Amino acid sequence: MSLKAKIAEVFNEPGCSTNQAKSETARKKGCSKPLTPGAAAGGCAFDGAKIALQPITDAAHIVHGPIGCEGNAWDNRHSASSGPTLYRTGFTTDLTELDVIHGGEKKLWKAIREVAEAHKPPAIFVYQTCVPAMIGDDVVKVCKAASEKFGLPVIPVDAPGFAGSKNLGNKLAGETLLDYVIGTIEPDDVTPYDINIIGDFNLVGELWYVLPLFERLGIRLRASITGDARYHEIACAHRAKANLLVCSQAMVNVARKMEERWGIPYMDGSFYGVTDVSNVLRGMAGLLVKQGADPELLDRAEALIALEEAKLWERLEKYRPVLSGKKVLLYTGGHKSWSVVSALQELGMTIIKTSVRKATESDKERIKDLMGDDAPMVDAIPPREMYRMLKEGEADIMLSGGRTQFVALKAKRPWLDINQERIHAYAGYQGTLRLVERLALALSSPIWEQVRKPAPWETARMPHPEERSVSKDEAHPSRQPLARLPQGEDILRGVK
Amino acid sequence: MARILPARKACAVNPLKMSAPLGGAMAFMGLDGCLPLLHGSQGCTAFGLVLLVRHYREGIPFQTTAMNEVTTIMGGLDNLEQAVVNIASRARPKVIGICSTGLVETRGEDIPSDLKLIRERHPELAETALIFAPTPDYVGGMEEGWASAVTAMIEALVEPKRARARTQRGRINILAGCHLTPGDIEALQDIVEAFGLEAMVLPDISGSLDGHVPDQYIATTFGGTTVEDIRAMGSAGLTIAVGGHMRGPAEALKERTGVPYVLFDRLTGLGPVDHLVETLSEYSGRPVPEKLKRQRSQLVDAMLDGHFYFGGKKVAIGAEPDLMLALGSWLADMGAELAACVTTTPQTRLAALPAAEVLVGDLADLEAMAEGCDLLVTHSHGRGMAERSGTPFFRAGFPQFDRLGAQHQTLIGYRGARDLIFAVGNLLMEHGHDHVEVAPSRKQFHAAA
Repeated sequence: MSLKAKIAEVFNEPGCSTNQAKSETARKKGCSKPLTPGAAAGGCAFDGAKIALQPITDAAHIVHGPIGCEGNAWDNRHSASSGPTLYRTGFTTDLTELDVIHGGEKKLWKAIREVAEAHKPPAIFVYQTCVPAMIGDDVVKVCKAASEKFGLPVIPVDAPGFAGSKNLGNKLAGETLLDYVIGTIEPDDVTPYDINIIGDFNLVGELWYVLPLFERLGIRLRASITGDARYHEIACAHRAKANLLVCSQAMVNVARKMEERWGIPYMDGSFYGVTDVSNVLRGMAGLLVKQGADPELLDRAEALIALEEAKLWERLEKYRPVLSGKKVLLYTGGHKSWSVVSALQELGMTIIKTSVRKATESDKERIKDLMGDDAPMVDAIPPREMYRMLKEGEADIMLSGGRTQFVALKAKRPWLDINQERIHAYAGYQGTLRLVERLALALSSPIWEQVRKPAPWETARMPHPEERSVSKDEAHPSRQPLARLPQGEDILRGVK
Repeated sequence: MARILPARKACAVNPLKMSAPLGGAMAFMGLDGCLPLLHGSQGCTAFGLVLLVRHYREGIPFQTTAMNEVTTIMGGLDNLEQAVVNIASRARPKVIGICSTGLVETRGEDIPSDLKLIRERHPELAETALIFAPTPDYVGGMEEGWASAVTAMIEALVEPKRARARTQRGRINILAGCHLTPGDIEALQDIVEAFGLEAMVLPDISGSLDGHVPDQYIATTFGGTTVEDIRAMGSAGLTIAVGGHMRGPAEALKERTGVPYVLFDRLTGLGPVDHLVETLSEYSGRPVPEKLKRQRSQLVDAMLDGHFYFGGKKVAIGAEPDLMLALGSWLADMGAELAACVTTTPQTRLAALPAAEVLVGDLADLEAMAEGCDLLVTHSHGRGMAERSGTPFFRAGFPQFDRLGAQHQTLIGYRGARDLIFAVGNLLMEHGHDHVEVAPSRKQFHAAA
């Protein structure tokens, strides 16, 4: 299928609630909003595809393109592995000017051979990028020939950057798995308790906060698509009894098509926030029971949820004094925004604004459920406005991704990374505790008082809102340092 | 407010403390044309010399009176006399800095009287300053020995204030504490000079131990504070003393000359440096130069960027009191928790440390207390415990014999604090990821694979 046809198919995703909410004409236009040159900030389709597939830990990932695509992008996420490390090695054909003139197919062929011989991986993913797509390198054909020649799956990922957004890239990666991987190996160890998790990339190993919960219920992970995955697991994923889709926007096509092809039901859920984790455990137990598992699984799930929630709330309580009354600006895409809301609110925090740039209609419904009909949802906040809100104290802390962090920091406000580049694990009950710990640390860091205090020689200056209540003497303990001098004021008069 | 817990063991295991004579001798190394001399057995000098050479990576002029069994019984005068005469004739120093040791202090040598006698017997020593600092090994550590030597320098050389002597307001004295490196002193001088002031540093190891390369062989220290400069300290308008252990020398200088002083407990961190800059601005009557404002802004930015990696981190720190106060308070400023603090002498000023308690102890104590800590800060002897526990290790203090550039490690001023955030923050960042334990099923998978 051509890339164009593939994109059209992905855009017309019946499992996508955003798509379903559209009119027939709007649906034909697809979901790619045209970007505004000069005012766009987001990853490309290649970026999205790479993010989604790279967590397959034992595969080699070769980027066919000039150095910018892989050279600027490798090893920038903390997607953790419980075993193989090959996925963290950056492979690229590093196309040069001559390759552009003569075509890069031969170089790609050699690159595949080198990687296959040196590392003997169970599979190689080959990522198409803009330049070879433009000069007409037929990556699909090269991969097909290489698979036959080298005797291992060599899988083309046809998602060049110009095809669209990062989100589209996620979906094209999903299509790649459906076309080339899932269902290619028959497992011999099927049980009624096998599930797949789709759309989690095991950032900082946070999937391992969640898996033990399933394990305690006797639920087994057939495949994670794709956090901490092995190629073989994903190839067998079609024999799971139920699918859990956690990053609803990224890989909904995988869940829906698996339902279509192999009759595997799926639920949409999230690992962030107490209620969400509980709902996921409850929901997956329900799906498995429907698929033929012993109904007592439901009771065990409820017992586990009750136990873990009680334990967590008890441990969260000590952070209430630090967090209570604090105003939060949540600025990120999609499910992450609403996932953490309930835990923050339970601890007495107020969400003053939450962005819903990438959220679906159902996400928005969830936010309204949690925060009432007048939930302060916004699409995008211009950085200048964001800076003002933080500087003037309308928000006490911002939770966002790395790109907006300096808006908060330069406004001398705490900031917490809740995006993919973060180094802390926030999934599951334990992850919620980590998030709250990090929030409390950020808010109570002693640096804020120091950095907000004006330099002692800056007298005629607007004080930071935090200090308005502090008297001048307190705010400037070193105001009159020489008054403590044995000889008092007479040395203050300057060099004559 | 920290509780100061006294030493609780008979046996020090993996000592943290360096001796007072070593501190005294190091202070003398900050004088120009000086030859430090330990009055004790030759081992007292030899051990110290090895540490100094390894830390500074310089040839260190350092002599001994080489006391032996017989002279210990008969008295050390002859050895001291011979040592002084030999040194004067061979190395022709301007100053011989004599530090006592446990040996001669236990014996009860009256060294000031001995020196008087030696001067009477040797008129050829008239041009050589003989300065004696009492530094028994059994009292205090390096900081105390250093302070004793600086007080001795002031009392021996500074000319008492004469009536109607003119104060040169463009000159200020800096009494540098033992914990300041040559790099620190250079940084401090830069700040002072930015206000059009001339700084007279005592002792100035940035002149002698900063690793410059002379054109000829010199048997004494080269560079450092000159005798003439010390004599004229009374003409300065202000003294800045850095580190609580410099209060004694600052008081001695004030008593002798009337020059007032400002004591800075520390100059590591935003607030303390602001205080210094403001003091200098008010004293000089000059506005804060743009260069310093820019450096301040860079420090603020480093704090913003760096605080993520310090927040809630547990630190184990082993250091002499004033280095402890400087680094410990700074770490707390950045959001770290001082979970284990071990120091060398029970100085009451340590109560100001933002920690629950400070133990007077050794590195074995620190190792026991440091379990679960995220960072270890101490001198190079901490490397054993760092290896055993796998804790990230930041070397600070003396000695640092397994690293290059210890003499230029700069911990003070806006730029020092900025770079310190980067150096320590990088260590913390390297180990800063959450470590989620691999789920049991994934472990099995890995084992099977």
